[in-house]
Amino acid sequence: MDFHLTKEQEMVRKMYREFAETEVKPLAEELDEEERFPMETVEKMGKLGMMGIYFPKQYGGAGGDVLSYAMCVEELAKVCGTTAVIVSAHTSLCCAPIFEHGTEEQKMKYLPDLLSGKKIGAFGLTEPNAGTDASGQQTTAVLEGDHYVLNGSKCFITNGTVASTFVVFAMTDKSLGNHGISAFIVEKDFPGFSVGKHEKKMGIRGSSTCDLIFEDCIVPKENLLGKEGQGFKIAMMTLDGGRIGIAAQALGLGEGAIDEAIKYTKERVQFKKRLSQFQNTQFQLADMHTRMQAAQYLVYAAAMKKQNHEPYSMDAAMAKLFAAESASDVTRRAVQLFGGYGYTREYPVERMMRDAKITEIYEGTSEVQRMVISSHLGVK
Amino acid sequence: MKIIVCVKQVPDTSGKVAVNPDGTLNRASMATITNPDDLNAVEAALTLKEQTGAEVIVISMGPPPAEGMLREVIARGADRAVLVSGREFGGSDTYATSQILAAAINKIGVEKDDIVMCGRQAIDGDTAQVGPQIAEKLGLPQVSYAAEIKKDGDTLTIKRMLEDGYMTIKVKTPCLITCIKELNAPRYMSVGGVFECYSKPYEIFDYNTLKDDPLIDPTTIGLKGSPTNIFKSFTPPQKGVGMMLEGADKATCEKLAGILAAKHLI
Repeated sequence: MDFHLTKEQEMVRKMYREFAETEVKPLAEELDEEERFPMETVEKMGKLGMMGIYFPKQYGGAGGDVLSYAMCVEELAKVCGTTAVIVSAHTSLCCAPIFEHGTEEQKMKYLPDLLSGKKIGAFGLTEPNAGTDASGQQTTAVLEGDHYVLNGSKCFITNGTVASTFVVFAMTDKSLGNHGISAFIVEKDFPGFSVGKHEKKMGIRGSSTCDLIFEDCIVPKENLLGKEGQGFKIAMMTLDGGRIGIAAQALGLGEGAIDEAIKYTKERVQFKKRLSQFQNTQFQLADMHTRMQAAQYLVYAAAMKKQNHEPYSMDAAMAKLFAAESASDVTRRAVQLFGGYGYTREYPVERMMRDAKITEIYEGTSEVQRMVISSHLGVK
Repeated sequence: MKIIVCVKQVPDTSGKVAVNPDGTLNRASMATITNPDDLNAVEAALTLKEQTGAEVIVISMGPPPAEGMLREVIARGADRAVLVSGREFGGSDTYATSQILAAAINKIGVEKDDIVMCGRQAIDGDTAQVGPQIAEKLGLPQVSYAAEIKKDGDTLTIKRMLEDGYMTIKVKTPCLITCIKELNAPRYMSVGGVFECYSKPYEIFDYNTLKDDPLIDPTTIGLKGSPTNIFKSFTPPQKGVGMMLEGADKATCEKLAGILAAKHLI
């Protein structure tokens, strides 16, 4: 496998890095502290094409590739986990399913505003009683003439309070189980749609996470995404892609914590030596970097396979599993290297540790990733 | 309407400056960046492009790897790029460089409503000479230290920032403007721009391309044509942190006076 980046990929990474350092890093602490959604950053990212990186120009995308998208999430996460997940959820969970499963009319109607960042996208699958068991959907959709009527609720929806366009899943035929689930494109102004309570979270505190409520919500028939009964398949395919984004977020969080730890241990003096002169520090950082480097290879390999239209479901699951668990481990070790200061909010590593934890949970827990990987191995 | 922007690839002086034994900069061992003032010139050109639909052409003199920098300027929004590159041009000082760049700009062609833009000065040589010299050699009116540019038809109103104040002057196109950092905040490359930049027009002007221009003469270009000789380059020693005295009382003032007197400064 060729691990060399193209000239364009090298160049776009440089641009993400400049943007992240200048526009994103200075806000990270405040967003976390105040649980504030960075709308101004989303506007800037939209203008630069960062909200539609790997989609074709004909729909308003930037014409890039999946690896360039993963690198964007990675570079953002190095300095701000919140900003990274906004891009990831918007791109992978809303733009991607509309692009991959939408009709030409649906694509022309929804993608230009989403890909230019004028509108933010979200994804509604999880319900209070349908988390890892996504097939247990309670939300229903009943066809009445030229529209569907949706009833039920969704929870833990990333970008929920700020999104204009949602890809939502509901049961159109309960008797068919998984095959009775359908996907819909829902606009926030559809009658009967509302957003519920905002969750207070441990990490990624600037990102919006809330309930979606459907009370006789009217969704035009033409907003069915794919065919009736294809919803579960669309959801699983979408989550395969989403895992690349979350794996990239975890990757960036781990790498960002290493950057901070290297800087700090070169400055901090104890026992008349810089911390970086102690072998424990050197070995810790060597292990941390090795883990994140391995994670990077897994994430990039999954992204390249998706780009090349090769099967990548297991690759994405392995990338997310390893990157997420590595990020949690590496950020925790970074806090330890900082000692007492690492536990304070004066330094960013405790935030990175809190942000990293969610990557082991959302868009499929680490346990779900192990289920996916073992099923690909034929282990039953 | 065309806007021709001169840019230079310079060593990133935020890192360590490497010097060859002969006193010249060891450019190969240093990371490079686009000269910061030149990015202000690029931004000014792109802003005018948005207002007028002008074509923005970016030009640089340097070795072949400078292509990467020119592609990055295209990724910010320029339409095409020209790299002026050849062994004959190597070792040029500001006099020879402006001679060659003026010939290259002549080759692109400066018409009635065109503008040439440069950064005020490059962070490696810090001379601020190349822009004004190009203007002289092209016979164009020049406005240096532009901190604000407004265009109305063929007239540009430019606010110049000088050491002791501002000067606002009007100039008609064609003209040359040198830009300072106070003029604007350079935009980022865009993702779409990056993925298109290698498919946009890119030309190399070598000695043969330019040799018929009267400005190009073996005695006025390259090391031989450069009246400047570098005597020595070095990284200045870092200054110490200094001493801080706090307090506004008589004792502190006396202490300060004592220190200054001990150093024979007062």
